Amino acid sequence: MNRFTAFIIKEFRHILRDRRTLLILFGMPMAQVLLFGFVLTNEIKNAAIAIVDPSKDAQSTALIQKLASSGYFRIEKNLEAASQLDPAFKEGKIKLAVVFPPDFARQLDHDGSAPIQLLGDASDPNTATTLINYAANIIQDFSAQRKAEAVLPYQIEVQTHMLYNPELKAVYSFVPGVMTLILMLISAMMTSITIAKEKEMGTMEVLLASPLKPIQIILGKTAPYLVLSFINAIIVVLIGVFIFGMPIRGSILLLGLESALYMFVALSLGILISTRAATQQAALFMSALGLLMPTMLLSGFIFPRESMPYVLQVLGNIIPATWFNQIIKGVMIKGAGIEVLWFQTCVLGVMALVFVVLSMRNFKDRL
Amino acid sequence: MQAIVVEQITKSYGAKGAVKALDGISLSVAKGELFGIIGPDGAGKTSLLRILATLILPDAGEAYLQNLHVVRDYKRLRSLLGYMPGRFSLYQDLSVQENLSFFAAVFGTRIEDNYDLIKDIYVQLEPFKNRRAGALSGGMKQKLALCCALIHKPEVLLLDEPGTGVDPVSRKEFWDMLQRLKSWGITILVSTPNMDEAELCDRVALLHNGRILAMDTPAGIRGSYERPLFAVRSDEMYRLIQDLRQWPGAYSCYAFGEYAHLALQQSLQGFDTQADSVMAELQQYLESRHHTGIEVLRAEPGVEDCFIASTKDR
Repeated sequence: MNRFTAFIIKEFRHILRDRRTLLILFGMPMAQVLLFGFVLTNEIKNAAIAIVDPSKDAQSTALIQKLASSGYFRIEKNLEAASQLDPAFKEGKIKLAVVFPPDFARQLDHDGSAPIQLLGDASDPNTATTLINYAANIIQDFSAQRKAEAVLPYQIEVQTHMLYNPELKAVYSFVPGVMTLILMLISAMMTSITIAKEKEMGTMEVLLASPLKPIQIILGKTAPYLVLSFINAIIVVLIGVFIFGMPIRGSILLLGLESALYMFVALSLGILISTRAATQQAALFMSALGLLMPTMLLSGFIFPRESMPYVLQVLGNIIPATWFNQIIKGVMIKGAGIEVLWFQTCVLGVMALVFVVLSMRNFKDRL
Repeated sequence: MQAIVVEQITKSYGAKGAVKALDGISLSVAKGELFGIIGPDGAGKTSLLRILATLILPDAGEAYLQNLHVVRDYKRLRSLLGYMPGRFSLYQDLSVQENLSFFAAVFGTRIEDNYDLIKDIYVQLEPFKNRRAGALSGGMKQKLALCCALIHKPEVLLLDEPGTGVDPVSRKEFWDMLQRLKSWGITILVSTPNMDEAELCDRVALLHNGRILAMDTPAGIRGSYERPLFAVRSDEMYRLIQDLRQWPGAYSCYAFGEYAHLALQQSLQGFDTQADSVMAELQQYLESRHHTGIEVLRAEPGVEDCFIASTKDR
């Protein structure tokens, strides 16, 4: 039997015999996509709100009705005065309050404008912002209708259209995000751990004293994980497409090739880590701290890169996931081709080259 | 022809070489010889074997295996040496059979090709061939590791403390196997902290603090012992050793199994004529210190006595 084939067979045996590895390999990606897809969504429905409407006239009633029928809000309380709001917020029963002035309809008819106060529970800032936006939109809409009735000389109408993702589905950003994360984790973390394991168990000593070349050890270690990562990528995309209705507007071939390039970057990073880490625990720690955290936080997967401080944006640029996130979103959601994504692809290519050269130079063929 | 030649090898660890593991070691081993590196933990045995196995680099000095330099020719050397590290270093989650065929493939051979060489050992493993290596007993693990190190019929076999963590019966079997391997012309370098295993080697080097104290056949080492030696016993061993050390004629005294070994200051030359009177004197001394159950015998020095004597002489 060929040296290299024997090595790969051995490696598959390790993986298939270790239930924990298998669980991490296949359980984690699926759990993450499903979790992110179902649980972490930005859409809020039936939020409990309070209304303070001392005027109780036709206009205010019409607006309240519009709010209630939008589907976003459920009117939990009708309060007499704004002073009653504070306890209601503190109890946590309401997330938003809409406060009308005492003479809403009269002000609107006479002056053409009337103030409405929106109070959000910003102890959860994301929810508060989202709810305030929903409510503001509905009120805007209401006033636009009113303006249309009262013919005015000038009117600027804003028409918004959300391109590529008109329903603003969160899944559209989570599926690519989870894919970048999973591929990085499995490719880099698993390879670094498996090489560190050989060192820790002392088997590396025997392998090094054998005629196996370092490149054979490295490739033999990574090849199985490359295959498994690719299977994972396919599973994640399938879940995205069939369970969450995620489109693939671009070329599937391009998606596959770009994913393979990204996995190669991640694998070479994993080898680089393993040349430094002597134990599995050290490898795990280095991968988690050096790869998982930056990939989650800085790549634009969870937090928009545009709103980060300049330093973190620069830091984000050296993270492969940042570039792959743009590529995969481009291909899947926008249907972009290589003519648009060539720059990101080149960056990943250069990263792959640098990591491979670095890890080859760092891999010692002695103890 | 010398299969292993080591010339003035030095190796240090730590910042600025603070810990000297090997301090100018030189030795040579003939082809087909079973050579033992005997020394306590920390003597430098593992460092020496790792240098010979091309796994670490010496700070200074040269070493050759089969005329191949351990640093310059390490790639060629790796296919003709068999190395068994001190720690069990096989894949615990692979079966006996899988481990063996993996290492055979790594060395570009098949189990069948060199089956004759490992047959004696492998027949004992055969009943467990589908068992995972991690579930084997210590002795079986060691036999499997030896099989894996032998599978490519190496010209030089390096064994780092093969007896550690193995029961005495398995250890004996293991040494019997090494004796048989010599008939195949394989040069074997084995390290051990057990002084009694020295007797099983053709030649030994006593290693202490990175230096070789003595290098000879086991009989030659024992023959170089220069002092009269007694084995003494009484009902209170701890107090006995304290008392013997205070006896005016004593050079050294240490526990040795169920006896205390007492070496005298005077030389062995012409001692035989005085032996009886010295023994009577000793008996009297111990009785005066109220010892009971006293037993005093002349003892033949073993390798361990030689080792202790030469460390004390330095």
